[in-house]
Amino acid sequence: MIYIFQQLLNALQLGSIYALIALGYTMVYGILAMINFAHGDLFMIGAFFCFLIAVYLHLSFVPTLLLSMLGVACLGVLIERLAYKPLRNAPRVSAIITALGVGLFLENFTLALSPYPQHIPELITNTTWNFGSLSISSLQIIVIVLSLVLMLVLDFIVHRTKTGIAMRAISWDKTIVPLMGVPVNKIISLTFAIGTGLGGAAGVMYGLAYPVIDPYMGIMIGWKAFICAVVGGIGNVRGAMIGGFILATVEIMVAAFFPSTYRDFVAFSLLLVLLIVRPYGILGKPQPQKV
Amino acid sequence: MPLLEAKHITHRFDGLCAVDDFNFTLAPHELVGIIGPNGAGKTTLFNLITGVYRATEGTIQFSGKEIVGQTPHQINKLGIARTFQNIRLFKELTVLDNVRIAYYGKIIYSPLEALLHIGRFRAEEKRIAGMAMELLIIFKLDDLANVAAGSLPYGLQRKLEIARALATEPKLLLLDEPAAGMNPNEIISLMEFIGWIRKTFSVTIILIEHQMRLVMGICERLVVLDFGATIAEGLPAQIQNNPKVMEAYLGEEVKI
Amino acid sequence: MDKFTTTYSQLLTRWHTLTAHRFFWPVFILAGLLFSIAAARLEILDQYVQLILIYVGINIILTVSLNLINGYMGEFSVGHAGFMAIGAYIASILTVSVFPQASVNFLFPVAILTGGIGAALIGFLVAIPSFKTRGDYLAIVTLAFGMIVKSCLENIDAVGGPRGFLGMDKLTTLPWVFFWTVLSVWVIRNLVYSKFGRGVLSIREDEIAASLMSVNTRQVKIIAFVVSSFFAGIAGGLFAHALQFINPRMFDILKSTDILIMVYLGGIASIAGSILGAIIYTILLEILRPMGVWRMVLMPLMLVLLMIYRPRGIMGLREAKMFVPLRDLILVKILRQKKKEATDASA
Repeated sequence: MIYIFQQLLNALQLGSIYALIALGYTMVYGILAMINFAHGDLFMIGAFFCFLIAVYLHLSFVPTLLLSMLGVACLGVLIERLAYKPLRNAPRVSAIITALGVGLFLENFTLALSPYPQHIPELITNTTWNFGSLSISSLQIIVIVLSLVLMLVLDFIVHRTKTGIAMRAISWDKTIVPLMGVPVNKIISLTFAIGTGLGGAAGVMYGLAYPVIDPYMGIMIGWKAFICAVVGGIGNVRGAMIGGFILATVEIMVAAFFPSTYRDFVAFSLLLVLLIVRPYGILGKPQPQKV
Repeated sequence: MPLLEAKHITHRFDGLCAVDDFNFTLAPHELVGIIGPNGAGKTTLFNLITGVYRATEGTIQFSGKEIVGQTPHQINKLGIARTFQNIRLFKELTVLDNVRIAYYGKIIYSPLEALLHIGRFRAEEKRIAGMAMELLIIFKLDDLANVAAGSLPYGLQRKLEIARALATEPKLLLLDEPAAGMNPNEIISLMEFIGWIRKTFSVTIILIEHQMRLVMGICERLVVLDFGATIAEGLPAQIQNNPKVMEAYLGEEVKI
Repeated sequence: MDKFTTTYSQLLTRWHTLTAHRFFWPVFILAGLLFSIAAARLEILDQYVQLILIYVGINIILTVSLNLINGYMGEFSVGHAGFMAIGAYIASILTVSVFPQASVNFLFPVAILTGGIGAALIGFLVAIPSFKTRGDYLAIVTLAFGMIVKSCLENIDAVGGPRGFLGMDKLTTLPWVFFWTVLSVWVIRNLVYSKFGRGVLSIREDEIAASLMSVNTRQVKIIAFVVSSFFAGIAGGLFAHALQFINPRMFDILKSTDILIMVYLGGIASIAGSILGAIIYTILLEILRPMGVWRMVLMPLMLVLLMIYRPRGIMGLREAKMFVPLRDLILVKILRQKKKEATDASA
């Protein structure tokens, strides 16, 4: 029983990270109807920023986190401006391929600069508390609480502020909303900044939890986070959070009770079943076909 | 035997009742108009008949065969074709290919024959290409055969869409607002055009329309829908003076 | 410079008139086959060039077959490497463990074909979810499919698990690759210019309108997925016997991305484009090899620039005349003539 509880705690930690990345996918999708396949690699860049800042600037945890988030957010906005914006009226798939290209560029550029895996120094003194056979580390608590805070802030922004209303309005209709005086380019940039910034934060936290980082780490985690976004219902912020926790729980539980090599197999099979049962994700609504 | 017989059709979207206990009989060679205010459920009715949606309740029989629950292409094969309110051509394909695609059900060869271009393939392709071309000649679209459908002017797109629907050799043709966006002169020529189609291809036609001039001019019978239910049915002249219809279009008369 | 452009345009016209004649094809194919046999037997080309040509051929098969789904049908499949893996493993198991060693050379095409059929069967299964889901959700289905194939292979110890499978002879020779490449291009081109191919196109344009115009969309989707995965399986078998070693990681999402890039580089819904895309990408990667890691930085950058300035790829939605059946090319001429006859008769 306690074993299961311990695993659930691990799932909560991994799920927080997945959810943070999934949010980036979902936000960009919601506003541009475009899958930003470079997002997983921006997550990786977040981890590398964390490494650079911690090693060369010797900053402590909080400034490292903030600077990494800022750096990744700037990069995200830059990518949007340079690579995606010219394609806003092009066929949708060209934007997706561009995103794949940007992702490959980020991976290989990082690889060219740092051919070997790097090790992130310990930024927080990690203490572990034991309750019977249940152990909780301060790192776990920080990851979970921080993710939750970030998600709550995001949820507040999207649902309660004027900017959030503008974001949702643009995702609803891209031709009329600009005529209402909503600064579309600014809102899209802001969406990219927030989405990729959260991905950067996820990168930092992942780097702290699993300190060995390499340029290709973003691929698999990125795709998995994308799956979380879809499972929750892509374009839906709350769905992304739920999707993250579901995938993490399934993965951790499979690894806990079966050989860990079955993890991906079971996770992806479940995903297929779920998509067959609910083709538009848990919180997604099927778009009514207009005929 | 009626060509089309719909009994007690009801269709709901998330609790919203788009079509409510609709009953309708259509004899062969009729030309019937369906009119009604926006959102009355006219297009939904077409979607139910052509199998895009499956009716929540009720039955629709076409030439004595039940069609509720059949897929769109099966229903099309039985002999129902349609056009769309907001023209849905295959925009990036040529005019010729738009028509040729509609012959899908008429071409008889197996996938293997198609992959290797053997057997019946050549003869069938030749036959269908000829039929498609003849249809385009009839519609005077032959000079544009190699042009992308999306680049045609609006009026010709409407025309091509009707040609495409007729390529499936239907017994019943459903026209969804064919006069949308046309000026009075164009509407007059459209009226002649529809009459001509009816005669040339000997099809039964149901027409959804807002343009009263068109409906009153060519339809033999009218059905008025409001909130998914039939509120009046009869000859155009009868409908024109029906108080219920006026109410649906103009609102209730206010007594001062 | 001027002289160069005129010679170039003259050459181009020559090429067009040459390819307009349909005997061009058998002659070209025969010449190609003879050359490939000669190149392999008489060592006209050195081993390295031969290997690159083999990869070019395999990539053409992969690109043309994926273009059927992503270009002609307009879906976004990201699991093509999964089908390739199935073909590669089936063919390799057959040549290494099942077929008697003495007749392996002779039975090689059977192994490749079986790999293709195995992949096609799985392609049939993947087609089923495509009935209901479209676009991004179908992308996820194919993505998950690719991941499941990889993680299944990693868990089967009989084929080496994550370490991979080896022991294949180098059976993939230039003539074989030439044969399979020509076959796949020919078959897919035939499919595209048939009623099923037009059905595939109509699904891309407007699936609902297509089904209302008598297109059996389910049948069309099944045919497209089966044919596409069949040739991915063929390419996988050839790949395995060219490299003589396979492991599950070779067929992961990066491999699928490679194929996607070739498809969109060459241009969607174009066979000539796919061939161009595969050739350019494969050869460019080889030319840039001295750059080391930096070529992998440069390639994606070039892709992004291409997408920005030419979002539909090199040949997007256009086809080289030589691939279009004669009937479609001269249809309009016939049509005019008929019309003229009709007016003459009435006059």
